[in-house]
Amino acid sequence: MLQEAVIALPCVSPDGKPTKSGIAKLSALKSGASTPKAVADITGHPLFRVRSGLRELVNAGFVKQVDDKYQLTPEGDKLVP
Amino acid sequence: MEENTLVGLPLLGGKAPDFEAVTTQGTLRLSDFEGSWLVLFSHPADFTPVCTTEFMAFSEIYEELKKRNTELLGLSVDSVSSHIAWIRNVEEKMGVKIPFPIIADLNKEVSKKFGMIHPAQSKTETVRCVFIIDPESKVRTILYYPLTTGRNMKEILRIIDALQTTDKHKVATPANWNPGDPVVVPPPGTTEQAEERTKEGYDCKDWYLCFKKL
Repeated sequence: MLQEAVIALPCVSPDGKPTKSGIAKLSALKSGASTPKAVADITGHPLFRVRSGLRELVNAGFVKQVDDKYQLTPEGDKLVP
Repeated sequence: MEENTLVGLPLLGGKAPDFEAVTTQGTLRLSDFEGSWLVLFSHPADFTPVCTTEFMAFSEIYEELKKRNTELLGLSVDSVSSHIAWIRNVEEKMGVKIPFPIIADLNKEVSKKFGMIHPAQSKTETVRCVFIIDPESKVRTILYYPLTTGRNMKEILRIIDALQTTDKHKVATPANWNPGDPVVVPPPGTTEQAEERTKEGYDCKDWYLCFKKL
């Protein structure tokens, strides 16, 4: 049986902690719920990377989506002073 | 009884089929690119000569594409590890950084959706396809090049300029058009419009063939 490969994600490392790129996105959400476009404008990351990254952060429990905006969960808030 | 479903390939003007794929920059969906133009292109295989020249050429036009609100997304059926090893090799040996993501389409899911595998060329590798997709995810241009012929970056930029000019000014672009050249005024749709056309101040060869400068 082949060993399952762990695919590394740009925003969440295999140990479940946010990467530098993930922290940048979390920091962009510190002041409140934002759209992906607003996060892209703050971080300077391409919009497609932001959309993908926010999905990863939602799956990891650091961000939640409310309608068309994203905001930090309590777990995510703890990570960005 | 199983239902046989014939899956159509993407056609011009139609919505590009959405997908989710593993890439060198994480898992991406086509819908992640909404709001930007996208050049989705396939290459046969990593660590091959023509593909390497193409990747370097795509990297050279990356900044010009960004100026045009256009992203690049590559694809081959190789693995992420192969892609990473290859782009590191290109940077080390050729001094060219590859800034755009590359899909690792191991199960050929995206390749099949976009008709990228042409069995007479190769049963396993994608041919050199280019899909130019607009900010609303509509397919605006499709190019298919054979395995042996590298693509022309000037033409890809020219097509994007032409499409964006058409969208902005509601005009068409003639053969060999380049930015700054006269554009084609859309032909009249009624006899009355045809009658008026040659009096509207355009450079008209006849009622159906008129040019203007933007």
